[in-house]
Amino acid sequence: MSEQVTLDQPEDTAPEPAKDGASGAGAGGGETLLEVSGLQKYFPIHGGFIVKRRVGDVRAVDGVDFSIAAGESLGMVGESGCGKSTTGRLVTRLLEPTGGKITYAGQDITHRSRKELAPIRSEIQMIFQDPYASLNPRQTVGSIVSAPMEINDINPSGGREKRVRELLEIVGLNPEHYNRFPHEFSGGQRQRIGVARALALDPKLIVADEPVSALDVSIQAQVVNLLQRVQKELGIAFLFIAHDLAIVRHFSQRIAVMYLGKIVEIGDRASIYERPRHPYTHALLSAAPEADPDDDGRERIRLAGDVPSPINPPSGCRFRTRCWKAQDKCATEEPPLVQIGGNVAGHLTACHFPEEPTITARKEDIVLDPALAAIEEAAEETP
Amino acid sequence: MTTLTKPEAEPRPQESEHFLSVRDLYVQFATEDGTVKAVDGLSFDLDRGKTLGIVGESGSGKSVTNLAILGLHNPRNTTIAGEIVLDGQELTGASTKTLEKLRGKKMAMVFQDSLTALSPYYTVGRQIAEPYMKHLGASKKEARDRAIEMLGKVGIPQPQTRVDDYPHQFSGGMRQRAMIAMALVCNPDLVIADEPTTALDVTVQAQILDLLKDLQQETGTAIILITHDLGVIANTADDVVVMYAGRAVERGTVRDILKTPEHPYAWGLLGSIPRLSASVDVPLAPIPGSPPSLLNPPSGCPFHPRCTFAGEVGGDRCATERPVLPEGRGSACHLTPEQKRDIFIQQVQPRLR
Repeated sequence: MSEQVTLDQPEDTAPEPAKDGASGAGAGGGETLLEVSGLQKYFPIHGGFIVKRRVGDVRAVDGVDFSIAAGESLGMVGESGCGKSTTGRLVTRLLEPTGGKITYAGQDITHRSRKELAPIRSEIQMIFQDPYASLNPRQTVGSIVSAPMEINDINPSGGREKRVRELLEIVGLNPEHYNRFPHEFSGGQRQRIGVARALALDPKLIVADEPVSALDVSIQAQVVNLLQRVQKELGIAFLFIAHDLAIVRHFSQRIAVMYLGKIVEIGDRASIYERPRHPYTHALLSAAPEADPDDDGRERIRLAGDVPSPINPPSGCRFRTRCWKAQDKCATEEPPLVQIGGNVAGHLTACHFPEEPTITARKEDIVLDPALAAIEEAAEETP
Repeated sequence: MTTLTKPEAEPRPQESEHFLSVRDLYVQFATEDGTVKAVDGLSFDLDRGKTLGIVGESGSGKSVTNLAILGLHNPRNTTIAGEIVLDGQELTGASTKTLEKLRGKKMAMVFQDSLTALSPYYTVGRQIAEPYMKHLGASKKEARDRAIEMLGKVGIPQPQTRVDDYPHQFSGGMRQRAMIAMALVCNPDLVIADEPTTALDVTVQAQILDLLKDLQQETGTAIILITHDLGVIANTADDVVVMYAGRAVERGTVRDILKTPEHPYAWGLLGSIPRLSASVDVPLAPIPGSPPSLLNPPSGCPFHPRCTFAGEVGGDRCATERPVLPEGRGSACHLTPEQKRDIFIQQVQPRLR
């Protein structure tokens, strides 16, 4: 972790040495709660007939560094297959990392056993994407929400039932619904039950993996507002994983952009959304649909093709196969995640040839998609 | 320029004036629990070369409307009433045979989930070629050449070799391109795209939406774009219908709907989505409650149980009287035009920018 730690030190707070020598501090003055460095997760692929051999790996997460300060929300955006969900599962230790290090509140939890993890598990909770699959249909809301207390043998004053009713009230559900079953609730209400369960143990960190993407637009806003209230009032840190750039911007103070298992850019909200440097961040922002018929002078970038397979990712910079600025150097040398000239402290970019820090329209649109380019060129010739 | 007849325009011409005209469409399903009124009196028009966006949440009846246009509903438990006139031809009472002749040739569909919409058993090329052979009587060779041409047009690299691939060998974005190729192979006059990009990543979504738009300019097809995402229609649609609980609650140009919406539901939708340029300190303004069940929709205005402004209308009109959606630009709401304007300027607009 030695070299990566220096790469990911958001803001200029004084580093405070932790027990095991990990140094680092989070943004906003809060102390670092979670520190991840060089994190890797490879899923083996087995092939062969009769005798199954390991023939390759899916490099879902391949060397990721970031930290989250207490009470802070770090947003993680990227397209499907970029490893954002896997990162969330590694942080909660639902998956065993292949390499790297996860430090939670000064303790190394990278390879801790189930038993050793137990005390920390109560402090790191998760909210899942699918509110239909993440609640046991055979248990009542009361037993779902009180399960974490039961497992950790926690007996709040006034009893567990009273605490559950309190939690239901906090998340905006009727405490009278204590004895109902999940199928009696709508998608948005189910997601609230999931939030109540995550809050049951007074966690310090919540990993929210696409918490609103399965919900209808009008319901999404209800859940986003609830999570925001929870974050602000209870001071819980969030790792907020989503593909919707506008929602991530709304919810998180710092943003990490992932591409094919790597963080390509990380920084403050304003810095990432208004002064992005990595070409991929530019492309993502340009592609985000805005409900505004006036194209508000944003640049137009249309990439070609899809995200390459993480089984055999491109050498060097992983974005180079879809990048309009790629040169020979990009194929041979992997760009480090560093602060490049002109960026504020804590804004790190992994690119050899960074873009200008602006998102306004360029003289010429960047259209790499062959079909689009062909049609648009033909249309221009015959006005 | 718009497909909507302006209220002040001369007496509305005959339906045949519009390429597609849907009038008072009712679609009901008989289920074990009762009758589901999936579409409840919907009317809209669409001209050639234009795009109509239909926006609504799940269960608002937007997909069912389009299955009814194509005649893809299950005739055993579905009752359809009303008029669907495509290029002068009435479709609601049309025979299966007539519809079969139209589907794929005159009207085509792009489905949401390309993995389930494509057959895993046939090559992509064969699936694209099939409607071409059926409707235009082309030979196998001609149809294959046409499939290669279409694949190239929608941006599949090396179409000569990829034409023999199976759908699972394509990535999600490529499959969606292949679906578009399949829909456009016979140069249809109407393409219905049902959430064509919902399953795709943002960067691929932008490519596909632009591709649909560019191809439309080239071929002049009319498009119905069904989506839940107001951002998707912003740059693609000419006109928009906002649906709620099986009814159209507001209709107008894309600019009308996104810039000066009139219906409280449209206000709610716009207030629910965060924007890349908006202030991050202002909390979102969600719509309270959740969408109603279509088995037993609320009386009067279906939105009244969730509406913040129902109290501003005198008496209990919102709960008893169903508001009418006027022809052309307008909204189905009992608020007076002055009330709508005042509420929008004072309470809604400040949140949108």
